[in-house]
Amino acid sequence: MLKIDNLQAGIEGRKILKGISLDIKPGEVHAIMGPNGSGKSTLASVLAGRKDYEVLGGSVEFLGKDLLDLEPEERAGEGLFLGFQYPVEIPGLSTTNFIKTAVNEVRKYRGEEPLDAVKFLKLMKEKMALMNIDQSLLSRSLNEGFSGGEKKRNEIFQMAMLEPKLAILDETDSGLDIDAIRVVSNGVNKLRNKDNAVLLITHYQRLLDYIVPDFVHVLYKGRIVKSGPKELAYELEEKGYDFIKNEIDAAELADQVAEINK
Amino acid sequence: MDTTTYIKEQFEQLQSADSGSGLSAKRQDAFAAFSTMGIPTTRHEEWKYTRIGGFFNKSFEIGASKQIDIDAYRLPGHEVANELVFVNGQYAQDLSTIRSAELNVVALEDALTNEYAEIVNKHFNHSAQYLKDGINALNTAFVTKGAVFIAVKRGKIVSHPVYIYNITDGQVLALPRTLVHLGENAQIQIVETFANVGNAESLTNQVMEIVVERDAILDYVKIQNEHAQASQVSTTHIRQTGKSLANAVTISLNGAIVRNNTNVVMEDAYCEAHLYGLYYPKGNTLIDNHTVVDNAQPNCYSNELYKGMLDENGTGVFNGKIFVRQPAQKTNAFQSNKNVLLSDTASVNTKPQLEIFADDVKCSHGCTVGKLDEEGLFYLQSRGVPERTAKAMLLHGFAGDVIEKIKIGVIREYVDGLVSERLGYEA
Repeated sequence: MLKIDNLQAGIEGRKILKGISLDIKPGEVHAIMGPNGSGKSTLASVLAGRKDYEVLGGSVEFLGKDLLDLEPEERAGEGLFLGFQYPVEIPGLSTTNFIKTAVNEVRKYRGEEPLDAVKFLKLMKEKMALMNIDQSLLSRSLNEGFSGGEKKRNEIFQMAMLEPKLAILDETDSGLDIDAIRVVSNGVNKLRNKDNAVLLITHYQRLLDYIVPDFVHVLYKGRIVKSGPKELAYELEEKGYDFIKNEIDAAELADQVAEINK
Repeated sequence: MDTTTYIKEQFEQLQSADSGSGLSAKRQDAFAAFSTMGIPTTRHEEWKYTRIGGFFNKSFEIGASKQIDIDAYRLPGHEVANELVFVNGQYAQDLSTIRSAELNVVALEDALTNEYAEIVNKHFNHSAQYLKDGINALNTAFVTKGAVFIAVKRGKIVSHPVYIYNITDGQVLALPRTLVHLGENAQIQIVETFANVGNAESLTNQVMEIVVERDAILDYVKIQNEHAQASQVSTTHIRQTGKSLANAVTISLNGAIVRNNTNVVMEDAYCEAHLYGLYYPKGNTLIDNHTVVDNAQPNCYSNELYKGMLDENGTGVFNGKIFVRQPAQKTNAFQSNKNVLLSDTASVNTKPQLEIFADDVKCSHGCTVGKLDEEGLFYLQSRGVPERTAKAMLLHGFAGDVIEKIKIGVIREYVDGLVSERLGYEA
């Protein structure tokens, strides 16, 4: 579904991703973990098409298309969804109107008829029940004055409405208490099926107790330095990121010494 | 013939045709003031960014009433509104409809000699104390039979909104003049709009003075969306003589030069006023909002929010004056001006001006000039919304803060429609 090959990217002339390769198949949940500054959010931003990031090399294929060649809205149309770490507050734009526009724009992209008001409301009611989200939240301006938990729930609600093929959830757990994490995770789990996939980006293992990954990757200094089954997350939680850092930094140092000695 | 000679000649004709109405002396004084002050140039502090003189270098006619078809210009909801039509600055009674018994509309000239004489003499031309330029004086110098006095008597609520149409036809200088008096505990909703027959270059130099007596409530909406050759200087001078409430919303979209003087003078304690403005120039339109809030007595409250979206070669000016006189302790006066620049060639000049002589007051002002929020744009795009639509959605939300202050539902929807259309946005 998603095939990242040796992706290199940066911002303002600074290279942050230094060659990332990752293969995600339908039905899978991948988790990317890593210390602060390792490039986790950069990866999410590059995949979703944030303009200020620059791709410096490598390729990303999404459902057979060159993802990097598409505008952000086209990526959404193809079925990519980014759950924001910090959902943006948009004053004066009602959440319901926004979601209706988004749903119908995505349908338009796919050559489907737009949903009329009745069908849209029906779909919304259904997903609201699924996400346990309140009508009053949806009639407010998008994210404006929402609590951290409300914002993240709203992200997952949007995901439910848009039914993406691949959801990238960027630190969805950050700033949430355990109850909020449970609510958000339940939402994600209910949406999972054999045809879609999830890429979780997180700093902590805690979220992975609720959304259980098939694969865990550790990102450090812009590279995936370790991949493994879900148990890898427990190891990281127990030992901290230092054990990975030390391992990698030592190897780097050895390389540099070898280089000098040559 | 040069302009000054033409204006002088027109003025003399007007005076000689007047067989001693009460307006004659008022005109004479105003003409003297006009002759002294002249048409303001950009050297005039209050006209620094707005060059109005260009119009006066061309040939034009000082507006005379014409027969027009009003249907094309009517606002939604007109079936249940009072409609006052001014053509080329002259009140056109035959085109106007009065539905509310509480609404008294008489010629200003007649009001000077009937039961309203005292009110008119007390309040007419109060705006001249605040607007020291030839433009204001020019309007008063040509106040004629076509000027109107509107009275709402004590305790009366005007049951239908009052729609006022200022329409020009031809290459004209239109000088509409209205004095509104809201008696104690009276209420009125006014919606004023400007339109043109054809595409001729025109200037509407309008003055509306509104007196709000104790416990009265004024709701005022101004919609400016003329064609690109039409300019206007529109003065709305609100005088709150007793503890009262005034709401004013000014929506400025299209035109050549659009200049608003919106003044609120609070002459009693516990007055309250809300001023909202949205300006959205495109093309070569210049929109200039000058506001004055004058607090003369204690415990008054005023809140001012003006928002600008400036596109293409559009120019915006915001100048917000707040006076807090020495007796006006416990004044709460707030002002905010927010601008979004949508092109590299759009510009805005914004200037808050607070003059505070009392020591126990709460006053604040703030202004911002920025670009469209990139982060918000990306957020909407990442949900599948194309960039163009996403921009329009963000701006529509930005404008919404002001549009939602319009209380009459059909007018609010109408304005929302105008702004959406200008944005290329379908909700």
